[in-house]
Amino acid sequence: MSDAAGPFGPDAQFLVEIRRDMLRFANLQLRDDHLAEDVVQEAIAAALGAQQGFAGRSALKTWVFTILRNKIVDAIRQRSRTVGLGDAAPEDEDLDQAFDVLFKANGHWRPDERPADWGDPEATLHQKQFWAVFEACLEHLPASTARVFMMREFLELDTGEICRELRISASNCHVILHRARNGLRRCLERSWFAAGAASC
Amino acid sequence: MLNCRDVTHLLSEGQDRRLSLAERVMLRAHLLVCRGCANFSRQMSFLRAASRRYGAGFGSDDELGR
Repeated sequence: MSDAAGPFGPDAQFLVEIRRDMLRFANLQLRDDHLAEDVVQEAIAAALGAQQGFAGRSALKTWVFTILRNKIVDAIRQRSRTVGLGDAAPEDEDLDQAFDVLFKANGHWRPDERPADWGDPEATLHQKQFWAVFEACLEHLPASTARVFMMREFLELDTGEICRELRISASNCHVILHRARNGLRRCLERSWFAAGAASC
Repeated sequence: MLNCRDVTHLLSEGQDRRLSLAERVMLRAHLLVCRGCANFSRQMSFLRAASRRYGAGFGSDDELGR
């Protein structure tokens, strides 16, 4: 595509869409409307200030989101000095119980709970409706669990840094990530892969 | 021997740290004979791929990011 002429080109509509996606992305991680608004504003200002040329919308979006991720990391670092992660919530215990019942006493899968074959990942990732389910499943996770997952997977921080920022042990970090991944996996399996969405 | 529950923990940790040689050998042996865990392993890779794409801003748009 060649319709993004300058940094943000003449395409105001595209800027509106990007801003909406950025806000949703920031808010999911910060769970704070004002802070999310601030980091998005800063990221857009920084992107505009760079006056860099872009080959197209895709390159532009990648660039703006790279800046946004860095701004979110900064915001989390500042906030984590005042707010720790807190203890496991009752919802975390529910997730752990839901995980335990997937297995027989000997630790092997119950036949009806065995993870399914999700087919072609690329095909799924190109379906717009999939992302709405993905977001809903993320929002369904306990807040602190989702936070660790998103720091690891969206912001690509390593577990050492996550431990330091949130003042948790490495083993606790692994427990939380396992809980998050399994919760997300179960939610996607039920809400997307088993729901027959792949057939449309 | 590892059971499936142990394997899910190793597969998750394998996304975050380099597993030891012994862990990798035990894991591979298990995945060869256990379809459920082999699917779980692919699901972990899927979550990583989906998250990377979402983090790059391509989580709402099926036109971009190909």
